[in-house]
Amino acid sequence: MPFIPHTEEDVREMLESLGLKEKEELFSHIPEKIRLKSPLSLPNPLSEMEIEREIERIASMNKGVMDYISFIGAGSYNHWIPSTVESLLNRGEIFSPYTPYQPEASQGTLTILFEFQTMMCELFNMEVSNASVYDGASALAEACLMALRITKKNEVILSSAIHPEYRRVVRTYLESAGFKVSEVQFKESGETDIEALEKKISDDTAAFAIQNPNFLGIIENIEKIKNLRERVNAMLISCVTEPISLGILKPPGSYKTDIAVGEGKSLGIPLNFGGPYLGIFTSKMEYIRNMPGRIVGETIDIEGKRGFVLTLSTREQHIRRAKATSNICTNHNMCAIAATIYLASVGKEGFKRISEINLKKAHFLAKELSKNGVKLRFSSPFYNEFAVKFKNPQKALEIGIEKGFLIGLPLGRFYPSLEDSILINVTEIHSLEVLSDLAKLLGEIKDV
Amino acid sequence: MSEKLIFELGKSGRKGVSIPEDELKELKVEEILDKRLLREEDPSLPEISEIEVIRHYTRLSQLNFCVDTHFYPLGSCTMKYNPRIAEKLASLKGFSTLHPYEPEELVQGALKIMFELGKFLCEIGGFDAITLQPSAGAHGELTGLLLIRAYHEHKGKKRTKVIIPDSAHGTNPASCTLAGYRAVEIKSGKDGCIDIDRLRGELDEETAAVMITNPNTLGLFEEKIAEIAELTHSVGALLYGDGANLNALMGISRPGDMGFDVLHFNLHKTFAAPHGGGGPGSGPVAVKKELEPFLPVPVIVERDGKYHLDYDRPLSIGKVKTFYGNFSVMIKAYIYIRMMGAEGLKRVSENAVLSARYVINKLKEVYDLPYDKPPMHEGVLSGKKFKEYGVKTLDIAKRLLDYGFHPPTIYFPLIVEEAIMIEPTETETKETLDAFIEAMLKIAKEAKENPQLLKEAPHTTPVRRLDEVKAAKEPILRWKKDKGES
Repeated sequence: MPFIPHTEEDVREMLESLGLKEKEELFSHIPEKIRLKSPLSLPNPLSEMEIEREIERIASMNKGVMDYISFIGAGSYNHWIPSTVESLLNRGEIFSPYTPYQPEASQGTLTILFEFQTMMCELFNMEVSNASVYDGASALAEACLMALRITKKNEVILSSAIHPEYRRVVRTYLESAGFKVSEVQFKESGETDIEALEKKISDDTAAFAIQNPNFLGIIENIEKIKNLRERVNAMLISCVTEPISLGILKPPGSYKTDIAVGEGKSLGIPLNFGGPYLGIFTSKMEYIRNMPGRIVGETIDIEGKRGFVLTLSTREQHIRRAKATSNICTNHNMCAIAATIYLASVGKEGFKRISEINLKKAHFLAKELSKNGVKLRFSSPFYNEFAVKFKNPQKALEIGIEKGFLIGLPLGRFYPSLEDSILINVTEIHSLEVLSDLAKLLGEIKDV
Repeated sequence: MSEKLIFELGKSGRKGVSIPEDELKELKVEEILDKRLLREEDPSLPEISEIEVIRHYTRLSQLNFCVDTHFYPLGSCTMKYNPRIAEKLASLKGFSTLHPYEPEELVQGALKIMFELGKFLCEIGGFDAITLQPSAGAHGELTGLLLIRAYHEHKGKKRTKVIIPDSAHGTNPASCTLAGYRAVEIKSGKDGCIDIDRLRGELDEETAAVMITNPNTLGLFEEKIAEIAELTHSVGALLYGDGANLNALMGISRPGDMGFDVLHFNLHKTFAAPHGGGGPGSGPVAVKKELEPFLPVPVIVERDGKYHLDYDRPLSIGKVKTFYGNFSVMIKAYIYIRMMGAEGLKRVSENAVLSARYVINKLKEVYDLPYDKPPMHEGVLSGKKFKEYGVKTLDIAKRLLDYGFHPPTIYFPLIVEEAIMIEPTETETKETLDAFIEAMLKIAKEAKENPQLLKEAPHTTPVRRLDEVKAAKEPILRWKKDKGES
């Protein structure tokens, strides 16, 4: 049997030392009526050679962004990953430890997480970061819960230009605990309607949340948002699903954000059909005791040497149990390590350049599209994603596939009012040539 | 030599990996976007060469104890070997380059794996339906409790509390709170198992669920589980199973047959996917038929030989995560199950139990076994008898590091004083188990003869014992340039 090293002799010796003869006796205290009478019904076991063949066969049933030229983003952006990331993540010393409960035997993991926290603070311009949560959506839900704890109020307001799945996760998390979740619409230009938001904010409002750039690709009017935060007694939660944008765009900390969360998928993590990704969670220092999840801190050992430990754990479930700031235990450590290695590898200048290329190529495509008579859905500034109008989006997508393109995400899936639009994402991986090809194709099929 | 932080390496102007060229140099960022939208100061990221990156993180990785380098008998964590073939195949391009919003017909292979994995898990656990969406065990607990909540509310009953034993994992009560329930802890019986009378005393019409782990966190099988299920159901409550300890039961006894209504799995424990130093895990939640309508969307269904993502489920609790869950972790569990088969999984549990019982039996005379019943896949000893020499369980754990073993889980479950919770798993050789037993016995001797040796341990690790109080009192949670090296 693979992965079980015990020989017959080992088993016999171990049983003998327990005064037993047969392995079945190990389970003799399990009542007869709940013992399984027949073997589990599972496929026959496969050897390593056979499973390799089988899994390769199943993998070949899939067609991904290597087979098509893809412009689907919508919260999962396809970026280039330096080979350093995969190479280091393949080390058993990185993927095979547990959560670093014994710091003296876990300085590798802890040091990298300390670097991760520092990098997230830098990117988001926030004072403190935790060591990751599951994904962007759960980060946003946890941020809402944290704001509700701090303010002791009972409502959060979400911009409807936040990723629709994130909003759904927030509702799942909050509504069962009895909190109210309301939404404010976006304007015709694609920005969140800040005036309407201001009217909605009441004494019950713990926080309002925006995504920047928002789900429609639009860069929000952060000056207005900052001003609003200064005027109202509700916290501002900012969510970034495309952290590559932070190479050039104003970071959440610069517009008075109290809690900034994000999806770190873009930072060295493969598409993987939607997961595992990386929940980023940062805030102002004053809220640290209310933060969910693991936090790594610096300290010294008995000889005065620098070292790192999990800290402030009196917030957490294993100490505080029912009164913990969250139930989270296992987080997304490997993804946080991937992001750290990614950012270290591309470096200060590389990160900025990649961020610029994303912006420029997206605007290059937009220009090419307008040359071909294709109209953008929204007028506000955008980063690397934008919505385009079609007479029949479904038909356009089908033709796209025939021609080898995954054109984008049909927005009607989430917004009935945007049934005429497809969301298109451009990143550094797209060559100018394929962008021109796409513009030409869309010009031909926009009115189909 | 101590390893520096990445920010203390490199120098201004140094470049790392080769970055794609900007083919649109003539186009200026400031011409595209209003200056007010642009960041004024670049994030202070490392400026470092590729070899420095590789060397830094390789060296850091070498400071870790891990399954690949050390015996890691961390109780409740099932630190078994992570098969290399699963790592290799999960990263095939046919999986890693799939976008979650691709049309269904392009991702039939991925959906097949998820659909079949769900079927396998239902068979192993004895359940009818499943969601693979939760990211980890605690996330599964929240999901399971929200399903229970939706079930009761659909029946028109708003129940308020969940009963859990005082030996439960800390995530259990924390998940109850998050799901809007009050966690009511009941004291375990003298035998370390659920006290049926106390349970009966707490069960009422307000009880939404009883949440238990079987085998429990002492590694003991709850022999009265069928009676517990019956009592729970008699007041209309549901029985929730924390599946952290499933490694003891595969092919032996199924939670569904014991009377559990909901169970979460930990694919990163039982099904050999790596722990990743703290995730990502995967915590699927399986349910009995009555709870199926409430599962998160989408549910993967098969129709006419094709797999589909079914979002049309009006009673669903919604979503607990974007997209479909931690897909690459699911692939690893799928591979593991297909390699082991029914007979293999049964062998896993038999040998996991045999190994744990062997180790505990060899140590119980020298350390205390407060609940002296035959344990399943893990057992909980106590280090309390060494207190008279001024030695705590923490000191024993730290000394184990000097012997080249990762310590067991300590100070959990809370109901055991100075607890030492050992889970060897089935993938360790008898020689390794014997060496660990020998080290534990030696340490017990040292505790009496030279307690200082333990109190100052570890002596051989990259850093010595760390000051955790200082870390919490004067939190330094990020590196800062002006602070220099401490």
